[in-house]
Amino acid sequence: MTQHEWPLWEVFIRSKQGLDHKHVGSLHAADAAMAIQNARDVYTRRMEGISIWVVESKHVHASNPDDAAAFFDPANDKVYRHPTFYEVPDSIKHM
Amino acid sequence: METLELTQEEQFQARIDADMRIEPKDWMPDAYRKTLIRQISQHAHSELVGMLPEGNWITRAPSLKRKSILLSKVQDEAGHGLYLYSAAETLGASRDQMLADLHSGKAKYSSIFNYPTLSWADMGTVGWLVDGAAILNQVPLCRTSYGPYARAMVRVCKEESFHQRQGFEIMQTLCEGAPEQKAMAQEALNRWWWPTLMMFGPKDADSPNTEQSMKWRIKRFTNDELRQKFVDMMVPQAEFLGLTVPDPNLKWNEAKNGYDFGEVDWEEFWNVVKGNGMCNKDRLGARVKAHEEGAWVREAALAHAAKRKQRAEQEAVQQVA
Repeated sequence: MTQHEWPLWEVFIRSKQGLDHKHVGSLHAADAAMAIQNARDVYTRRMEGISIWVVESKHVHASNPDDAAAFFDPANDKVYRHPTFYEVPDSIKHM
Repeated sequence: METLELTQEEQFQARIDADMRIEPKDWMPDAYRKTLIRQISQHAHSELVGMLPEGNWITRAPSLKRKSILLSKVQDEAGHGLYLYSAAETLGASRDQMLADLHSGKAKYSSIFNYPTLSWADMGTVGWLVDGAAILNQVPLCRTSYGPYARAMVRVCKEESFHQRQGFEIMQTLCEGAPEQKAMAQEALNRWWWPTLMMFGPKDADSPNTEQSMKWRIKRFTNDELRQKFVDMMVPQAEFLGLTVPDPNLKWNEAKNGYDFGEVDWEEFWNVVKGNGMCNKDRLGARVKAHEEGAWVREAALAHAAKRKQRAEQEAVQQVA
């Protein structure tokens, strides 16, 4: 490992107007402008995108997968948050 | 009553058995991580070195159309290398280290690229045969157990089928052309057929890591299974082109619903793997040269980025003051 390696950037692409930017991968670049240009060449050679976000990978904070069970547990026993929990009489329409 | 407590490794295997994907920050056995880094980086290196035999023909393409197509294909190979390096980096491998291992000869890449591309028909054969073999290897990897690898492979496979079709089109054009053109296509097939069969790796009996890799689902078919599939797929295509597959032992076997075919020259295979193929030194030399001659660009870009950042910070301070 040397200090000459360009920083790593995460790339997010909006594939078309109206959709979210979606993570597609990463690449190395000296700065944000170069990262966007490289992302265009690496990830949108076939019109896969109309907008690109890049974020330096070191700035991404993530939840810990080892804690995932406990961390997401609070939502696990709340089936009543889903519409399918409720029984609607057959004669009721438009609900 | 005894409690059934699964070890970390058993839990990991259970997830794989259930066809769940493993993601970068999940716990994984060291051997899984190491094997994947080796496999993915080797694959990335193959894409990178794979640009060289074709790059040779960009300036010699017979028409502007063929030249544009070949340029796009070579650019795709660079892209495939980059998808794969970034997948390997999610496992903790550094890009610089992977490249250093390629350049020192410590890391391997596909032996097929150590064969020379002597005529324009080789561009057809490489696309049709070599990329055809690569696709067979790669399609099952779209379902491999490691998430970033599988996602990279989905991208690669989408783009690879254009490569194969453009190769087939070159072959078809040559085969429907003058007798000299057809002879050129046949001559290229004669040289590439056996090295392409070698791309699937040693025979199953000589591939001790296959079993573990299949268990981890980082490999989904054995080398021999894929080789058989390839032959069965390609022989009818060669027949369509009116070309002869250079194997006197090639014969349809009704009982197994597939072709019987001759034995690969394994001595040649191991010889090329060990670095003694026709182009090993050329390929690695060209790669190292490109890397070294690009060093000043990489350094200048970093210096430029640092300077711009500094200037932006100074301007921000001045505005506050």
